Amino acid sequence: MKKLIIVLLLSPFCFLLMAQTKQKPKAKAASTKAKPVPSAAAKASAANGLKVFTQTCISCHQADGGGVPRMNPPLIKTPWVLGDQARLIKIVLNGFKEDVEINGDYYSNVMPSFAYLKDQDIADVLTYVRSNFGNKASAITVKQVTVARTANGK
Amino acid sequence: MKKTTIKTSVVLAALAGSALFFAAKPAPPKNAKSVKAADESGLKLPSGFSALIVADNLGQARHIAVTSSGDIYVKINRARNGKGILMLHDKNGDGKADDITGFGTYGGTGMAIKNGYLYASSDENVYRYKLDNQQHVIDGTKPEEIVHGLLSRHEHESKSITLDNAGNIYVNVGAYSNSCQKEDRQKGSMGRNPCPILDSAGGIWQFKADKLNQTYGDGTHYAMGLRNVVGLDWNQQDNQLFVMQHGRDQLHDIFPDMYTVQQSAILPAECMYAIKKGDDAGWPYLYYDQIQKKKILAPEYGGDGKKEGSAKAISPVIAFPGHLAPNGLLFYTGNQFPARYKNGAFIAFHGSWNRAPEPQAGYFVVFVPFENGRPNTEGKWEVFADNFAGSPDKVKSGRADHRPCGLAQGPDGSLYVSDDSKGTIYKISYNNK
Repeated sequence: MKKLIIVLLLSPFCFLLMAQTKQKPKAKAASTKAKPVPSAAAKASAANGLKVFTQTCISCHQADGGGVPRMNPPLIKTPWVLGDQARLIKIVLNGFKEDVEINGDYYSNVMPSFAYLKDQDIADVLTYVRSNFGNKASAITVKQVTVARTANGK
Repeated sequence: MKKTTIKTSVVLAALAGSALFFAAKPAPPKNAKSVKAADESGLKLPSGFSALIVADNLGQARHIAVTSSGDIYVKINRARNGKGILMLHDKNGDGKADDITGFGTYGGTGMAIKNGYLYASSDENVYRYKLDNQQHVIDGTKPEEIVHGLLSRHEHESKSITLDNAGNIYVNVGAYSNSCQKEDRQKGSMGRNPCPILDSAGGIWQFKADKLNQTYGDGTHYAMGLRNVVGLDWNQQDNQLFVMQHGRDQLHDIFPDMYTVQQSAILPAECMYAIKKGDDAGWPYLYYDQIQKKKILAPEYGGDGKKEGSAKAISPVIAFPGHLAPNGLLFYTGNQFPARYKNGAFIAFHGSWNRAPEPQAGYFVVFVPFENGRPNTEGKWEVFADNFAGSPDKVKSGRADHRPCGLAQGPDGSLYVSDDSKGTIYKISYNNK
């Protein structure tokens, strides 16, 4: 029984570690610096992330990131938020109109494009979403957004 | 002891009644104070009323219909274990369903009993099932398809239904858009003019209740300019269709320079309309502002929050604060409740989401007294059944335990309420005779 608990406790860590190692080469310097004491830049990013979230995301995804049943999907512990970062950035740039099942539920409302947001705002708000509501995923950098936007053409 | 209890409750009922009557307008919290937590249901009801939980955990219980012997048909939004309609039966007479059976493989919302048939809708079609003289479905595997091919494109899919006394069924086809913008819900995107959605959605269609295989061309485009109607009912007193419209969302998100977050939380009104054939309620070109008491031109069509829209659009008979999401409408024709409830309207408000970051609201059943087919005290309404959410904090956060959706009247005059969040069915009765 104890073993099981330890395995269960550890498994999310492994997942995070694995996810972390994948992108280590790119984000190494930033992430080691940011870990122990948040830098001024990280603090500014978190504050701006919250501001952008409150201005643009909250009415659909709600203050707790839990979304609205059957209408607007939750941002909590879903691979759409925690997984492929380029895909996540593209959703913000292009909006989202697909019929998608998340944990057994479907969500019907259309998400419009937020391509009008600055790259910095998109990076900050996605970093905010990925590190709040119980999510513990790495930051999204401005560079990632700029690269994704160029590839996306919008 | 018993006598005193009864006396006290009569006094309480009278007090609560008068408090409700005077406090009615838009002050739901005050109303809540004058009522008590009734019983195991956790609902707060006016004195003299109590609620029973008939069934629980049924899935997304949308609209409901009650038979002449008190059995309940429940339409489930997404079929569970291949069953989209449940029948609840109470074998031992304790008021709780102890025999639950199911049929109908499709999900959906609409559920009604009329003239020997059970009517049910998926998000595209309307079906009916022949009933025996106990009002039990004879063969759940063989529905007749009355209407097919109604549009269902992500938003506002529910095909709610009601029937008149002349052999017609009325079906809502919700608009697959918030405000008919070029880009749905996109900040600053202007409205399409004319709005191409209106020829096949955003209105009510009338079909023959006994004719098979109908679709758009076979029916009558009965009313237009209704964004989405989930609650609708035929008013027996003045023989007319009444509908509850879900008003548009996101005035602030889309036009932040024109509307504050606070304005956007309460505007536009959720409207009750009395519908005549050919009526146009004005969506998407205008919305009803319950504070200015005017039909306001939508910002997508050049409005600024003040300019009025076309005078041709009908006005609501009563307007409620924004985003409360009216999902059920029922005109009470029973004799069990006190006389003031007779012919009045009960409305199940599913509760808001579009008010964030302002606190959410709703998650209650409202009552509007009627006289001669119209609300008898202009603009007055009162919260009848409250605390579906479980606590005031759960109302504010929108994380409600239960969300009222469907309404039905039992043969004894009790009021049934469905909850499509946890799948609870409530039976509300008046015991204080």
